Amino acid sequence: MQLYQLTAHEMHDLLINKELSAEELNNKIFDRIEAVDDKIGAYITITKKSALERARVVDRQIQAGEKIAPLAGIPVALKDNICTKGVRTTAGSKILSNFIPPYSATVVEKLEAAGATVIGKTNMDEFAMGSSTENSAFFATKNPWDTQRVSGGSSGGAAAAVCAGAAVCALGSDSGGSIRQPASFCGVVGLKPTYGAVSRYGLISSASSLDQIGPFARDVTDCALLLGAISGHDPNDSTSASYKTPDFTASLINNVRGLKIGVPEEYMAEGLEPEVRAAVEKAMSLFESLGADVEYTTLPHTEYVLATHHIIGSAEASSNLARYDGVRYGFRAFEAGDVIDMFMKTRGQGFGPEVKRRIMLGTYALSAGYYDVYYLKAMKVRTLIKQDFERAFEKYDLLLSPTSPTPAFRFGKKIDDPLQMYLSDIFTSSSNLAGIPSISLSCGFVGRLPVGLQLIGKYFDEGTILRAAYTFEQNTDYHKEFPEV
Amino acid sequence: MIQYETVIGLEVHVELKTRSKIFCHSTTAFGGEPNAHVCPGCLGLPGALPVINKSVVEYAIRAALALNFQIASFTKFDRKNYFYPDMAKNYQISQYDLPIAEHGYLNIELNGKTKKIGITRLHIEEDTGKQVHQGSITTTPFSLVDYNRSGVPLIEIVSEPDLRSPEEAYEYLNKLKAIILYTGVSDCKMEEGSLRCDANVSVRPAGSTKLGTKTEIKNMNSFKALQKALTYEIERQIEVLEEGGRIFQETRTWDEEKGITISMRSKEQAHDYRYMPDPDLVPLVIDREWVEEIRRSLPELPDDRKERYVREYGLPAYDAMVLTNTRELADYFEACVAAYPNPKTVSNWVMGDLSRLLNASGVDITNCSIKPRQLSELLQLIDKGTISGKIAKTVFEEMFASGKAAETIVKEKGLVQISDEGAITAIVEEVIANNQKSVDDYRAGKDKALGFLVGQVMKASKGKANPALVNKLLKERL
Amino acid sequence: MITEKDVDHVALLARLEITSKEREMYTNQLNDILEYFQSLQRLDTENVQPTAYVLPLKNVYREDQVGDHLPLEEALANCPDREENYFKVPKIV
Repeated sequence: MQLYQLTAHEMHDLLINKELSAEELNNKIFDRIEAVDDKIGAYITITKKSALERARVVDRQIQAGEKIAPLAGIPVALKDNICTKGVRTTAGSKILSNFIPPYSATVVEKLEAAGATVIGKTNMDEFAMGSSTENSAFFATKNPWDTQRVSGGSSGGAAAAVCAGAAVCALGSDSGGSIRQPASFCGVVGLKPTYGAVSRYGLISSASSLDQIGPFARDVTDCALLLGAISGHDPNDSTSASYKTPDFTASLINNVRGLKIGVPEEYMAEGLEPEVRAAVEKAMSLFESLGADVEYTTLPHTEYVLATHHIIGSAEASSNLARYDGVRYGFRAFEAGDVIDMFMKTRGQGFGPEVKRRIMLGTYALSAGYYDVYYLKAMKVRTLIKQDFERAFEKYDLLLSPTSPTPAFRFGKKIDDPLQMYLSDIFTSSSNLAGIPSISLSCGFVGRLPVGLQLIGKYFDEGTILRAAYTFEQNTDYHKEFPEV
Repeated sequence: MIQYETVIGLEVHVELKTRSKIFCHSTTAFGGEPNAHVCPGCLGLPGALPVINKSVVEYAIRAALALNFQIASFTKFDRKNYFYPDMAKNYQISQYDLPIAEHGYLNIELNGKTKKIGITRLHIEEDTGKQVHQGSITTTPFSLVDYNRSGVPLIEIVSEPDLRSPEEAYEYLNKLKAIILYTGVSDCKMEEGSLRCDANVSVRPAGSTKLGTKTEIKNMNSFKALQKALTYEIERQIEVLEEGGRIFQETRTWDEEKGITISMRSKEQAHDYRYMPDPDLVPLVIDREWVEEIRRSLPELPDDRKERYVREYGLPAYDAMVLTNTRELADYFEACVAAYPNPKTVSNWVMGDLSRLLNASGVDITNCSIKPRQLSELLQLIDKGTISGKIAKTVFEEMFASGKAAETIVKEKGLVQISDEGAITAIVEEVIANNQKSVDDYRAGKDKALGFLVGQVMKASKGKANPALVNKLLKERL
Repeated sequence: MITEKDVDHVALLARLEITSKEREMYTNQLNDILEYFQSLQRLDTENVQPTAYVLPLKNVYREDQVGDHLPLEEALANCPDREENYFKVPKIV
């Protein structure tokens, strides 16, 4: 067992027992990054100097006999759409390739307050649009289990870093599955919290009503620790819920007896790869054997999820991304004549194809004559989809499904067919539309490729999700598998 | 020739004088080094999010109540999407289908008649930054952008097309400004841009009920410009129609120097604002009790105050209207009346000499060197016969210039009225002796001659002789 | 059906310069996607309220207090083209 394979809570024990200093720990992870990142491409920016400085602060606290927080000195990676003061933040785009924010996202301040060390910024699909990181303006992140395959997306860099031991844990963002799908492809734990549970202040917006920051970790315990550190009300985010952060570690109970779990039959239907189905069915049986009630249920508006999600996401993104115009920051096309020309050239050259496609789609869906047909219609169907979940949660504590219909696919397989790529998010984007929390954790392998199990919970009931996930993890060994890079 | 009727609607933007901006903590202070009053929010940095300033909502409700609006119980913010370099996010946060207030009105007075002007809506939005051009907008090689004003809170007040002439439009804007000033939510300075006005204008054959095609006129930077631009545009439209042409729905800009409106047709004709609910902000449910609390805190407004002046003080309607036009003037007037309870006399002085001196010197009533108590002391000196009404005007000017009390000036300059019969008799006799012709005229029945003789006595006394006494003594001797 | 002319119009609204090759590609792809979106029209949503906000949050205010501004150099640090303390842009018309 290598040091970089340990979880945060295991590392914490080493730190407080002074078997290892935080500086040594961080250096070990930087060594690992150096050793594997050429092959994986998880990072856009490494922040070694500031991370080691922070680690030394933690070491001094330990030396002084102070009690340190569970994440103190733990190397954490951030998806590159989370603003970090003084550290380049690109959102995976050429248009922000030289952008250095003068402020930090609320989650970064919270992490730093918890003593965590930010070790770098991870690769992603441009503006979080994509499911493979192939839409990154810089490079694609490879799957540590099979470098011929994608790491998933859009938070592929964060998932791959945690998977390969190039970070202990990480923060990503999820607007339609961007945490859960790469977590599933890389065999790590990824959680999308309830909308409003974690501040979006400083997260570069893709689709404001869908985006949510969440943790990546190697096990459910770390996931709970990280979630606890970043969630809570933020007065800088109007959509941040005013609730007191629960102690998520209290939910880490190895017991699902009496828990009612529904399995939406629409999520187990055609298009699902048989081996993925088998792995999920095995998980269902395991839960049953542990005393949970598992039965099939229905989410009748499932077939409308992707269209609804895509219209809303594109419309919001078309507006959110209007600010990239070459005036105040970022890339500018200098050969332009007048200002309209400058805007058009800057944006034409600064954005990649998928981003442009969504901007155009969203602009079209909001434009005169089409607002009612597309955008308003989608907002109404969103209500129906939300109601499906509300009805299901009258009966069940949790819903269970595969995270993605397939394991990690090969590079280039879907990049030229936008609709095929969107299908990758078919089981995940409904949670974003409804605003409810869900987790992905490993429930098996197809060959050497991990399969993700998704657990969906009620509003602000991350606790039940964590409890079920923890129980599953305690009774399986999938999370102990480690790829050879 | 056909008679035309003009139809005008005004869109007025008013900056609210909250301390901080609408969605962030940056200051709203006017001026400052370019781009010194910005933060991630008003600079539109990636990841920054808006949170509504509660005072902005309160101020908007305050203004809306003063303009007789109904306050919405549910309101929300929308994004108006369009690109412009001074707009930091390339969308403006505004309110679209559910504004904070609808169905307001105000009364204007023109030629002694009162007319009710409907106001469609009042909504909250954010201001944009400012562009600095070198020379004119069409010849400048580049523009410079300053985001200090980006995110300053605005209310937009949209009138019904109820205005029928440039004069009515002028009166409407004047009244609107007066009311807003009373509420204290804005300083309404057109020159600083805290009050801005665009106009929608159309003409139609008199008697027609169908609206003509309208044009939108922008860039009118004063009340006078509004009136001039409207007058020009109405004439232009009539001329076009008379010549058999048609009016295009377009935006036109007022060119103050040339005194004309110019079409602003440009590359971007495709205006499609793609309004959408702003997903970064949550709706507002306006508490009725809050509204009532704000209503209770409103000061007495111009119309009510005017009515009271007529009723309580017995002033003519015209006096009451002029005195109540600004809260400061009305407060001044009332303070004077409290110390000198003869409203009509005070009104004459305030509307006459005081307003003349204030206008001529460009001094604001709040900075006037003559305080209400001092004016009342002057009026008391006249009543007591210490000085004449004529001398009082001289004293008043001196008070305005120096800030000294009336009595001090009267003493310093020896302006006390001569009411000693003996002293005046001496002058009267001298004047009679030296003006035999006028004496004869008077005796022959020409009453006018008396005025001349009075004038001669006053002149000889350097204006200090008590005019009533002069009259009496002259008549006795003639 | 969305035409190449529609795509040009949308691209202008969105301020995106596209090549003729992109115009063709986006026309095809947007048509495919819009056709896929048509499925929503099957649903009767006559009496359904739209969801614009997923949580029932309301009245989130902040107090009217002035906070820190960005230091001038930080405000302008990312500016692609600067003149004195202004952001410089090409002429408007």
